[in-house]
Amino acid sequence: MSNAIAVEISQLSKAYQGVAALTDVSLQIPAGSFFALLGPNGAGKSTLIGIISGLINADAGSVKVMGHNVQTDFRAARRALGLVPQELIDEPFFSIHQLLRIQAGYFGLGKSQWAWIDELLQRLGLWDKRDAYMPALSGGMKRRVLIALALVHKPVVVVLDEPTAGVDIELRLSMWAFIRELHAQGHTIILTTHYLEEAEQLCEKIAILREGRLLALEDTQTLIASHPWEYIEVTLETLPAALPSVIADKVHRRSANKLVLRSARGSARSALLSVLSDAGLILTEMRQIEASLEDVFRTLTHTDVAK
Amino acid sequence: MNMLGFVTLCQKEINRFMSVSVQTIFAPLVSTLLYLLIFGQVMPADASGFDQVSYNVFLLPGLIMMTMLQNAFSNSSSSLIQSKMYGNLDLLLLSPLSATEIFLAFVIGAIVRGMMVGIAILLVSQFWIPFVWINPFWLLSFALLTTFVLGALGFLAGLWADKYDKLAAFQNFVILPLTFLSGVFYSVSALPLFWQQATWFNPFFYMVDGFRYGFLGVSDVSPWLSLGITAVFAVVLSLLCLVLLAKGWKIRR
Repeated sequence: MSNAIAVEISQLSKAYQGVAALTDVSLQIPAGSFFALLGPNGAGKSTLIGIISGLINADAGSVKVMGHNVQTDFRAARRALGLVPQELIDEPFFSIHQLLRIQAGYFGLGKSQWAWIDELLQRLGLWDKRDAYMPALSGGMKRRVLIALALVHKPVVVVLDEPTAGVDIELRLSMWAFIRELHAQGHTIILTTHYLEEAEQLCEKIAILREGRLLALEDTQTLIASHPWEYIEVTLETLPAALPSVIADKVHRRSANKLVLRSARGSARSALLSVLSDAGLILTEMRQIEASLEDVFRTLTHTDVAK
Repeated sequence: MNMLGFVTLCQKEINRFMSVSVQTIFAPLVSTLLYLLIFGQVMPADASGFDQVSYNVFLLPGLIMMTMLQNAFSNSSSSLIQSKMYGNLDLLLLSPLSATEIFLAFVIGAIVRGMMVGIAILLVSQFWIPFVWINPFWLLSFALLTTFVLGALGFLAGLWADKYDKLAAFQNFVILPLTFLSGVFYSVSALPLFWQQATWFNPFFYMVDGFRYGFLGVSDVSPWLSLGITAVFAVVLSLLCLVLLAKGWKIRR
């Protein structure tokens, strides 16, 4: 990966009717990276993506895409960026094939782009639907059309705003295979998702937002390694409904006769075992579980409510 | 300039209304011909208010202009609000098209639809109202300038409206009264003084009157005055649309 910056966000702020959606957010997304933008609902992810793509005007701060300011040098910035929006759209007047050619035309691309459009239709499983109109398509098919529309001008930076929301497993897998291929070809991929496993598997770098502020910006593995807790899954002969508070305070998850207990990273495991033993609980199995991105996310965003 | 992008959007705007031509071309043609037939039959031939100009001949240019301006308005306004409602306006806003290119493409779509409807009425009406072109310069100038103005006004209304109801209100409470009170069906010289003076504040009056001059060689006010007022209206509306579009008023959140 080079040191070039694909997206540079500087001191960005945005409020809606006095309510802050983004507050002084600054971050850089390296060119060629697979980058995740995470946060609970209302964290400001879609607002940030809207500003990067020019659909939302910022109140303060600036955004550059491949070095081009999205306001003052909007033509170059928009040519460098393709957005797959979260919301599905409709277009009753033109077929899918016509729509893609129109979208390419907006970017100043004529017949030379038609072979790529046909390839997109084939790759995204839309070829048989190329003469259909959007209102006649299922939600999954519409999502594919949105991906094709975002890629029609071969943008260097591809932004996917919750692309797998409401999408079946087959499409999800084929979509990620295609996006991985684009990433391997050098495209910068920016993703927002609520599926944290996806982000952990796919993304090299992660930013976490909460209430419009940047909470974390790290390489994925560094972020996970910085998590203050480690987890131990214990299987018990019997798991009583009520646990002594000294144990209950450490429970991260519970199911059937299993408990996942939280302890400070590096703390002695023997202390935990003696607490269980003192409570009269009989241990049949024990294993260590690595912290996941979801654990980190829940701790950082204060959504860790599992007890 | 993104010339191919601009041409693509112009073509899209034209193809959009052509794909529903029964509604956008033939329906206004039929309704205008019905107006012509009914009013031409029931009104006295000398009701035009001008010597040697029968009411049928007087009415034709007014009706053509009324239909042109209504259709030019409808084209840009409905295209924009439909794009908003269907969500596909974002596809345009994500593209490297400037505010000027987007505005002009929508207005050109409106001009083409207005001109097509106007020419269709003119051709069909020739079967019973032969006309003489007194001055093609005035005809063409007012036809193009008026459809431009109404295309821009439709664009402004489409920007402003966030639901179909608002657009319908604009059409029914602004465009329709201004059209009917613009001298389409009568010469303003036949009105009482108060209504004559009120008409002078109606910009549509100058569009209809100037266009009629191109047909008949007679008008209520000088065609130069009408041309000047219509041109000022076009410039002011264009600037307003461009400023609002560049700011992203009602479209960029």
